Amino acid sequence: MRGTFALVALAAFAFAQAAAAQDHPHEGHGIEAAAPTPAPTPGPQMAVDPDCPPEHAAMGHCVPKAMPAEPEPPAAGEVSAPAAPRANYADRIWGAEAMAASRAELKKHHGGGSSSQVMVDIAEVALRSGRETYRWDAEGWFGGDVDRLVVKTEGEGAFGDAFEGGEVQALYSRAIDPYFNLQAGLRQDIGPGPSRSFVSLGIEGLAPYWFDVEGQLFLSDRGDLLARLGGYYDLRITQRLVLQPRAEVNLAAQNMAPEGIGSGLVDAELGLRLRYEVVREVAPYLGISWERQFGRTARLTRARGDGTGGFTFVAGLRTWF
Amino acid sequence: MKSSECEDSDLHQNAMVDRRNVLRGAVLAGGVASLAAWMPAWAQPVSAGIVRALPTVSGEDIHLRIAHQTIMVDGRQTHAIGVNGTVPAPLIRLREGQTVRLHVENALDEDSSIHWHGLLLPFQMDGVPGVSFPGISPHSTFTYEFPVVQSGTYWYHSHSGLQEQMGHYGPIVIDPAGEDPIQSDREHVIVLSDHSPLHPHAIFRKLKLQGGYFNFQKQTLAGQLAGRDQSGKERRAWGAMRMDPTDVADVTGSTYTYLVNGHGPRDNWIALFEPGERVRLRIINASAMTTFNLRISGLKLTVVQADGMAVRPVPVDEIQIAIAETYDVVVEPRDDRAYTLVAESVDRSGMARATLAPRAGMTADVPPLRPRPLADMKDMGMGAMDHGAHGGAGMVHKMRDFSAAPEVRKSPTVQTISPMPVDRTGEPGQGLEDAGHRVLLYRDLIALDRNPDARAPDRTMRIHLTGNMERYMWAFDGRKLNEVKAPIPFRKDERVRITLVNDTMMGHPIHLHGHFFELVTGHGDHAPRKHTVQVQPGGTVTFDVTTDAVGDWAFHCHMLYHMHAGMMQVVTVRPRDEAGA
Repeated sequence: MRGTFALVALAAFAFAQAAAAQDHPHEGHGIEAAAPTPAPTPGPQMAVDPDCPPEHAAMGHCVPKAMPAEPEPPAAGEVSAPAAPRANYADRIWGAEAMAASRAELKKHHGGGSSSQVMVDIAEVALRSGRETYRWDAEGWFGGDVDRLVVKTEGEGAFGDAFEGGEVQALYSRAIDPYFNLQAGLRQDIGPGPSRSFVSLGIEGLAPYWFDVEGQLFLSDRGDLLARLGGYYDLRITQRLVLQPRAEVNLAAQNMAPEGIGSGLVDAELGLRLRYEVVREVAPYLGISWERQFGRTARLTRARGDGTGGFTFVAGLRTWF
Repeated sequence: MKSSECEDSDLHQNAMVDRRNVLRGAVLAGGVASLAAWMPAWAQPVSAGIVRALPTVSGEDIHLRIAHQTIMVDGRQTHAIGVNGTVPAPLIRLREGQTVRLHVENALDEDSSIHWHGLLLPFQMDGVPGVSFPGISPHSTFTYEFPVVQSGTYWYHSHSGLQEQMGHYGPIVIDPAGEDPIQSDREHVIVLSDHSPLHPHAIFRKLKLQGGYFNFQKQTLAGQLAGRDQSGKERRAWGAMRMDPTDVADVTGSTYTYLVNGHGPRDNWIALFEPGERVRLRIINASAMTTFNLRISGLKLTVVQADGMAVRPVPVDEIQIAIAETYDVVVEPRDDRAYTLVAESVDRSGMARATLAPRAGMTADVPPLRPRPLADMKDMGMGAMDHGAHGGAGMVHKMRDFSAAPEVRKSPTVQTISPMPVDRTGEPGQGLEDAGHRVLLYRDLIALDRNPDARAPDRTMRIHLTGNMERYMWAFDGRKLNEVKAPIPFRKDERVRITLVNDTMMGHPIHLHGHFFELVTGHGDHAPRKHTVQVQPGGTVTFDVTTDAVGDWAFHCHMLYHMHAGMMQVVTVRPRDEAGA
């Protein structure tokens, strides 16, 4: 529960950040006459005789001529800047109609572009309790620098056996500071068992010390509250060999018996994956993963006669395009 | 400033050999005294050297045709956009005082344009689509016409999309109406550029998706265990700030081949001379993204012109030439031997190479790439701070303090604000602090002629260069061009002192169209006049400008992908009777 509250606090903080990041309409272009200008500091190089630089003089090759003292730059006045017109002077030559299309292109080509990415962070097979299993964790996004549509999906199953379950999220993502995005949207669970729908609210980004972190809250269509915290770190061993420790914990605010989830700490996962970046976009990896369920969730699982965790060896491919 | 060898030079080298990009691999391996001795037979230079002057066009009416083509670089054919079938585009040779009509045919299926970089002309002839004219539609011809009112070394390039990266750039030389103050027996134009087999939109997208995509010289655990680069304590302090000291160049030799006059280092372009001659080299950095450190082993470079404007001669051993800058230097090779010209990328991930030789077929040793620089505290804008008193985590909270930059919009575009930036025009460029020989400083430049306007400035303004390497966002004052509502206004013939504050850890070559500005570097009415100035990481540059050219003008970072990301604004100069009070 404490984790859930921490997440709520985190989300509140994120909103505060977003509010602080709003435009400040009163800020100008920096064309304020009163703006302090740091005077260029006179350097020792200023009075150098170009025909006899210090290193030559030091070697006795020449004697520098006495150079006149550096003139002080004349002090600047405090005339105010003119009001800014529209940037349409070319209309006078070419006509507003002729300029319109290129002016729109100008914005698009100088900061107004959009992009997209599909990142398959985990696509792996594992040997667990004598069964061959598979797992994926991927996301795609489309949009500009600040506003994006993000689709996230993860899931797992066993080969030749039932699909164990997964989820798809569709989120609106907004950059709220240089490193973090606030994300809100819907989550749909897929696979066997009750297929729940959730409202999702989260934050993800790059924390100090280069940790990629993510926290999400999920509120189900039945009013159940879940939370997830995760993160990873890329330890660069060489330019292309990267060791990635990762961790994830899931929390629940209540019992959800049909889903086999008990309140409190549901489960945790620690992983260690070693990848080789053939190119940045393609990196095969090997690793180990440790999972464990806790508390009531573990009791529910044991009651069903299933295991509550353990080590697995994994092999996969991290790729993006 | 610390340095390190590229850490996985073996891996890197193998990849290079696979791609037959051998010179880079060779120099990355380090300690290679002579190319020919090191290379296996199949990897010998692809030519004994190319002695080929740039095709030249001149006269009152000049015809240029922009079209797709292929070019051969280091024995490999790639796609390019050229002019009149060549990359670089032909040398345009003009004379001061003439009028020129340039008939530009766009044979592409997309809009194109030509901007005449550094030329003073009516704004509607400046060639920036959406600012000065509508652009040149596909399969149409546009005629630029303007009087030539200056002399010196300049260049021209596309201002549409990312065409410049694909080869759409060329040199301009304007001979003075009277006698040239710079006397020489012979001259060569040297166009430096960067070329990739990747489409520029692919390069930009990779940068957007992963900021350090092209950096294969990052700090690693292997490097730390071997005692290279930053100490563990420094790495933690930089990690706390989410700053990477190896982030020196966005696009590197991992994809670029660095060119001299369109030829790769293995092609070996050769400039001929007779021993004892005064040879004038007109050097132009026409790169999309590469700051070069240029030197010629065994020769003093006497700088006589900067950005087309004559300066008092300064003898140096090495020049850092920012993107879009030009420098004319005079060299006097006395011996009957070859000399190697080397222009290293600022991050030392590759080099452009050419040879000065008395005869074709001669080569000289190519020096290995020097260790790459690491950014330091000063590059983060802590130049004015006492380093001893502000180490470790104590400074973390100061890296994005907007009270140091009230003009800047608080947005995700702004990763850092330089807390205490200093004027760095008296320092060598990034990575050249320990060059061991004389490096050109901006403060060394003194105009040969008195400045035309030496009035005290009427007013001052400050513009911040801001960015976010993680999201690959770049802007002035935290506002990308697409977010800017109004241009930066000036009255005609105002005298304004502008300070550029670099709030990022990367140097930015800032270019103002249609004007020359005078650097405030302590030389009074002989201030050096420039059209492009490099603002070193975490530093400031101050210049005075007389806004004497009415019209709308582009003002931007000349790193192509920074401009494409939004690091550009429009400057407008309005007649006095129109401009508001």
